Amino acid sequence: MSAISRDEVANLARLARISMSDAELDHLATEMDVILGAVARVQEVAGKDVPPTSHPLEVSNVVREDQVVPSLTPSEALSGAPASHEQRFKVPQILGEE
Amino acid sequence: MMIRDSAATMAAALAKKEISAVDLANQHYEQIAAVDKDVHAFLYLDKEGALAQAAEVDKKRAAGEKLSPLAGVPLALKDVLTQKGVPTTCGSKILEGWRPPYDATVVTKLKEAGIIILGKTNMDEFAMGSSTENSAYGPTKNPWDLTRIPGGSGGGSSASLAAFEAPLAIGTDTGGSIRQPAAVTGTVGVKPTYGGVSRYGLVAFSSSLDQAGPCARTVLDTALLHQVIAGFDPKDSTSINQNVPDIVAAAKKQDIKGMKIGVVKQLSGNGYQKGVENKFKESLDELVKLGAEIVEVSCPNFEYALAAYYLIAPSECSSNLARFDSIRFGLRVGDDGSKSAEEVMNLTRAAGFGREVKRRIILGTYALSSGYYDAYYGSAQKVRTLIKRDFESAFTKCDVLVSPTAPTTAFKIGEKTNDPLAMYLNDIATIPVNMAGIGGMSLPCGLAEEDNLPVGFQIMSPAMKDDRMYLVGGALEAALIDKWGKTILDFAPKLVGSK
Repeated sequence: MSAISRDEVANLARLARISMSDAELDHLATEMDVILGAVARVQEVAGKDVPPTSHPLEVSNVVREDQVVPSLTPSEALSGAPASHEQRFKVPQILGEE
Repeated sequence: MMIRDSAATMAAALAKKEISAVDLANQHYEQIAAVDKDVHAFLYLDKEGALAQAAEVDKKRAAGEKLSPLAGVPLALKDVLTQKGVPTTCGSKILEGWRPPYDATVVTKLKEAGIIILGKTNMDEFAMGSSTENSAYGPTKNPWDLTRIPGGSGGGSSASLAAFEAPLAIGTDTGGSIRQPAAVTGTVGVKPTYGGVSRYGLVAFSSSLDQAGPCARTVLDTALLHQVIAGFDPKDSTSINQNVPDIVAAAKKQDIKGMKIGVVKQLSGNGYQKGVENKFKESLDELVKLGAEIVEVSCPNFEYALAAYYLIAPSECSSNLARFDSIRFGLRVGDDGSKSAEEVMNLTRAAGFGREVKRRIILGTYALSSGYYDAYYGSAQKVRTLIKRDFESAFTKCDVLVSPTAPTTAFKIGEKTNDPLAMYLNDIATIPVNMAGIGGMSLPCGLAEEDNLPVGFQIMSPAMKDDRMYLVGGALEAALIDKWGKTILDFAPKLVGSK
């Protein structure tokens, strides 16, 4: 049995906001099955007593005084925007017509 | 022409005013004009900016100002670091034409040191790959053999060094993207301790693994560049607030008597090319002659490192690459007034990302989804703990660990593009270093007898002990050059038109 179905891949593509053709989904489902088969080995080794590591360093929260420092101007911040209006990013419609 | 000299030699000539920074930059642009149509190391050349920067250095030198040691020496910058006003693509169509409004901290430090940034180098899209074949702008070719890959993801940076287009380069290393390209092009590359060099302005792929670092043709040049870019940065919350060890002194020391060098048992054997193993073993003999003691160490969990990496890196990538949403920068596709923001996002990401990036985003989205999280991402994080423990235990028995950098020499372009798993295996010896956040270096150790292509020797040092890899690397490099009577790149065939 395959580890992942084509419908599951289609759902993941929807969650990841990437539109995919039927041919792409078919191809990716096959590849994902092979890759998941290989990486599933991680389940073989670590027991319940092993804590997870999410980061290589001992990271702790970094806090500092709130200081005002120079930052990007609005025009610099908007310089890479596909569309802008006055001092704002302009986005396609986010609500339906109704 | 000075293009074949080391950065240290160029710096000395500049200091003695035997050559100007402008002339030195122009020599490199001439070489780029002559060979880069074949090599394709660069995605963008900022000739105007670089020459203005060089003229500024010359002016300061003429005025007798105190300059940094590498002032006026040219450099190639991997296209994953932002440089204000200069196109930054990460090898992706989704960022085509984007000009960042700010400099990465690494770039700020390079500019402050008077290092001349010639241009931006090619890479696998968002640093995902081992061959640069995943670049949306076409692959880079290995200067040793133009039908072969220059490694990846930083193949543009490594190829620019091997083709004498630049004496210094910046790379980034998430699972081996500095070290494997160095190995297959006969150059030197260092992945510093995680947090040793700021990630501010480095476009994120996998934040807990990504690390920028220096690339060059000699160990000393690599150390000189490392020293320029290293250090605490308040703009990066994972930056280490400690003094960087004296890596330049270590690179020059040439004394490894009594050092204990651990050979990792698991990083050899099945899957490693015969010629790679032979050159690695010959280098161990050189280390023994230099007075080091070789010990074998076992890191049993390294066997699971590749599998864990290909869950952790895609998981972090699926989250990091969510920022490419067609709203604030980059490509926007299908915005004809009738489509919703979500539809535009779907179309933009479909058009803007290449196959490998999509594959990893989907894999990461899967590994992080409820119901699968514990089995995949959670288990991978536990493996990461076991790998860290393996290193901790190994470093109680030796000062540094060593292995071949990559299991094979440079393979043919197109050979592995349809087999993702075969491609992923290139990183098998480099990934453990990233998982534990420690330092790793690759330096050339000879040519494999099967194909006469360069082999990389990897040195791994504990976190914030980066000086140890420079100490061992500097001594081994000197011994090998002494044995060969020339540098490894002197064995490389001359590129057509090369100056």
